[in-house]
Amino acid sequence: MAKRLPEVDVVLVGFGWTASVIAHELTEAGANVLALERGGWRDTVPDFSVAHIQDELRYAVRKQIFEETQRSTLAFRNKLDQLALPMRQLGSFLPAAGVGGAGVHWNGQNWRFLPTDFLLRTHNEQRYGKKAIPDDMTIQDWGITYEQLEPYYDKWEYLCGISGKAGNIGGAIQPGGNPFEGPRRREYPLPPLKRCAATQLFDKAAREVGFHPFPAPAANTSKPYLNPLGVQMGQCTFCGYCEWFGCANYSKASPQTTILPVLLKKDNFSFRTHSSVVRVLTDSDGKRATGVVYVDQDGRQYIQPAQMVVLCAFAQHNVHLLLVSKIGTPYDPATGAGVVGRNYAYQLSSDVNVTCKERLNPFMGAGALGQVVDDFNGDNFDHTGKGFIGGGYIALWNTGGRPILQQYLPEGTPKWGGGWKKALHEDYLYSTHMQCHGAVMSYRNNYLDLDPTYTDDYGNPLLRLTFDFHDNEHAMSKFLTDRATDVAKAIPNRGINPKPRKGHYSIVPYQTTHNTGGAAMGADPRTSFVNPFLQSWDVPNLWVMGSSVFPQNPGYNPTGTVGALAFWAAEAMKRYMKNPQPLVQA
Amino acid sequence: MNARWLVAGALALACAGAAVAAVQVYAPTRSHHAWTSIETGRYLARAGDCESCHTAAGGQPYAGGRPVPTPFGIVYSTNITPDPDTGIGAWSQDDFYRAMHEGIDKQGERLYPAFPYPWFTHMTRGDVDAIQDYLDTVKPVHQVNRAPELGWPFSMRSMLAVWDKLYLDAKQFQPDPERSAEWNRGKYLVDGAGHCGACHSAKNMLGHADTSHPMQGGMAEHVFAPNLGAGERDGLSGWTREDIIEYLATGSNRYATAAGPMAEVVQASTQYLKQRDLEAMATYLKSLEGPKPETPNAPDKDTMRAGATLYVDDCAGCHMDDGAGLTNAFPPFRASSAVQAAKPDLLIAVILNGARAPATSAKPTGLMMPAFDSKLDDAEVAALTTYIRNAWGNRGGEVSKGDVAKLRSTLASAPR
Repeated sequence: MAKRLPEVDVVLVGFGWTASVIAHELTEAGANVLALERGGWRDTVPDFSVAHIQDELRYAVRKQIFEETQRSTLAFRNKLDQLALPMRQLGSFLPAAGVGGAGVHWNGQNWRFLPTDFLLRTHNEQRYGKKAIPDDMTIQDWGITYEQLEPYYDKWEYLCGISGKAGNIGGAIQPGGNPFEGPRRREYPLPPLKRCAATQLFDKAAREVGFHPFPAPAANTSKPYLNPLGVQMGQCTFCGYCEWFGCANYSKASPQTTILPVLLKKDNFSFRTHSSVVRVLTDSDGKRATGVVYVDQDGRQYIQPAQMVVLCAFAQHNVHLLLVSKIGTPYDPATGAGVVGRNYAYQLSSDVNVTCKERLNPFMGAGALGQVVDDFNGDNFDHTGKGFIGGGYIALWNTGGRPILQQYLPEGTPKWGGGWKKALHEDYLYSTHMQCHGAVMSYRNNYLDLDPTYTDDYGNPLLRLTFDFHDNEHAMSKFLTDRATDVAKAIPNRGINPKPRKGHYSIVPYQTTHNTGGAAMGADPRTSFVNPFLQSWDVPNLWVMGSSVFPQNPGYNPTGTVGALAFWAAEAMKRYMKNPQPLVQA
Repeated sequence: MNARWLVAGALALACAGAAVAAVQVYAPTRSHHAWTSIETGRYLARAGDCESCHTAAGGQPYAGGRPVPTPFGIVYSTNITPDPDTGIGAWSQDDFYRAMHEGIDKQGERLYPAFPYPWFTHMTRGDVDAIQDYLDTVKPVHQVNRAPELGWPFSMRSMLAVWDKLYLDAKQFQPDPERSAEWNRGKYLVDGAGHCGACHSAKNMLGHADTSHPMQGGMAEHVFAPNLGAGERDGLSGWTREDIIEYLATGSNRYATAAGPMAEVVQASTQYLKQRDLEAMATYLKSLEGPKPETPNAPDKDTMRAGATLYVDDCAGCHMDDGAGLTNAFPPFRASSAVQAAKPDLLIAVILNGARAPATSAKPTGLMMPAFDSKLDDAEVAALTTYIRNAWGNRGGEVSKGDVAKLRSTLASAPR
């Protein structure tokens, strides 16, 4: 029998980035906030200590700090007529378990979406006509505009101490920045990270072929940084152990390095680790969330009543929780009706490896040390006659040159033995790669629902992911890869190896952790689960954070927008707490 | 902040009221608990950092039981909550004053000088009474005191009469009319409630602090508390008054970040002191003489080379190649008095065990230095420490492998 605990004002499911932002904002407004985290406590010291964190085998290969599939997983299939099978090992994406969430192990590649990204359907229909959008492509506008979100992007970037160069301040294009970005109110809080040899080669080559390269905005600090909360960060050392690792010296933005030192001192905030939320409870007519049920490490169940419930877990987990809690109408691909699970999307990336003539020392890196071309993202270029909409960026990331997984050796290099050693000796220090990071539109048959076959530890059906790439994405990816190859050819090189991603989506090789959708935001309750303030249309005291609210996936990494939306939603929650009503009438 | 103080004050008043009403329960023999006296006492209890020693890890505030290591064995702090049976709720004002002034408890037993009565003896009667008034407002906890674990002959409390006879100069602070009121206030705080010399002054075989050469460096539990007097290399000559104030108020300044026992002192005590008291303490400290300067021998070149390599691998990322650190984030080593202290223990201890900067209201982050005890062996720590103490114009002499081994074993067996 579940034990009933005293009520709190706000319960947060998960304790990663969005929970930390919401907790900070709402505790400042006086609310009593509790976060429930399925994983354990983690902090820079001792967990990410410089004395042991640079251990690629332990963290990157054996995946030490991610979720464990034997405790939590999903079932996957490409097509509706297939039997979905459980994902038994992490591959394509790497959700976290533990305080800080994936905010601990991200690279720090931090972006704003383009103004046209938020108006995707309207904009593309206006520019290219309704026929440019295939019937089964279910893209939609977000219900908010870039201009509405801009102050919250700014707040997020100053929280994190983003290192970068503005390309557009108040409409004035800035030399050295991204000329395609939406107008921002001011410069980044920190200057760009120091450039490395590979990014300089990319920059020169991209300019030669007529593109507009700029330093990528990085949540890796180029200088020591004191954020507006009074939390002090260090300076990036270019150790190259960002992605899949916790940062050892306080220089990658994470909840631990930007919010928690202040949040954890507050009397009106608390959190519990090893507490897995298995249900959101609602009252008898399903119009009001009354709290959550969670299970501790020993299998004991607790009812945690709350005035407000905010889902801050990983994208798919938020959707899973809605489905098992029977909140909202599950999406049905046969009819196109329903919203929970609708418009799941992912990312389509491809690579071009380059063996340069110049020595690069690739081991000196940072998660978001990169030079980027944004000429082919979103609608930054004319798509007429191209056979696709959307796009992506082309970047040369020098995230690091770790010894096991980060050798970009020439095509045909043997996997082991003398030939491999020879190539490593001759080419490792000269090797780099470019990434094409492409958007994925949403489609009628890409969605999330409950699996009819498999159940998890708690007896719940597993989440079922049905997803495949479509012609639009393949055409987009080929176009991007060709443009990246154009840049590669302009770099003095000993070999180029384009690696376009072809065929069906596979959940096995790592691609990105950018899963989106399933609880989309929007202005129409028939096609969105949350309103433009991230408040549930059906249950107004329930809110959903994170990329689960993206109606489709733009061509950028999601975290910048996830953070901005959390600040945006927190403002709305403060209004809701004073007057608990739906903020938008359906 | 103000609101919190008001709430705390109201609670304190309520508690005091309850204590007066239920004499049998808390049994305070005093009826006089003026608001101003309670608040003065709260402030002085912070200045003296009473709570840190009188609270065990994870224990109730002021209920005692924290092990205090001394060269003679372990003494456990006592329960100073107003519980009448196991705390000090049944003590009269005279009882409490005698303990603070002479080191003798209500039962007439002599207290071990791990309780810093040789410092508190300087406090005025009014201030001591105020501390007791404040302690009467904390939550009474029934917790029996734990007997000290001392070897013979230190286990005999009668020995303490001899000690007191030899060393205790039980008299209140006498202002020096030649000095400013600010200087006198500073000395009163440093030598009285602050009991800074308990760590920062040299002590003889029997633990008596050298009061004729105050604050020239001494042992703080297991590590050396650096010289707070003058000294170009290992003292505070390079620090301005403002540097000292910033350090005590926030936990760090351009030269140093509090580590080890001092981090706790800043976090629990000095960050709460009023600006004018910090100014007074700084004025007093800046007037102190330092030890006679010594120039240690230059270290062995191979050791320096080995240390430099380790430094690049393990330290330079945060503390920088040139030992300059990163302003506001990671402390510098170059020209650091703590790094060049007469003894290297603090540096060794921080490398072995790591450290946490104080999380203060001005600087809330509490940045941490990781422990390297599992990564570096004794010879490596010795080479690294030698390098840090002698690079960039520093001069601190050579550290031996044996020094590291000894401290590693002490720290490993230290009660936490």
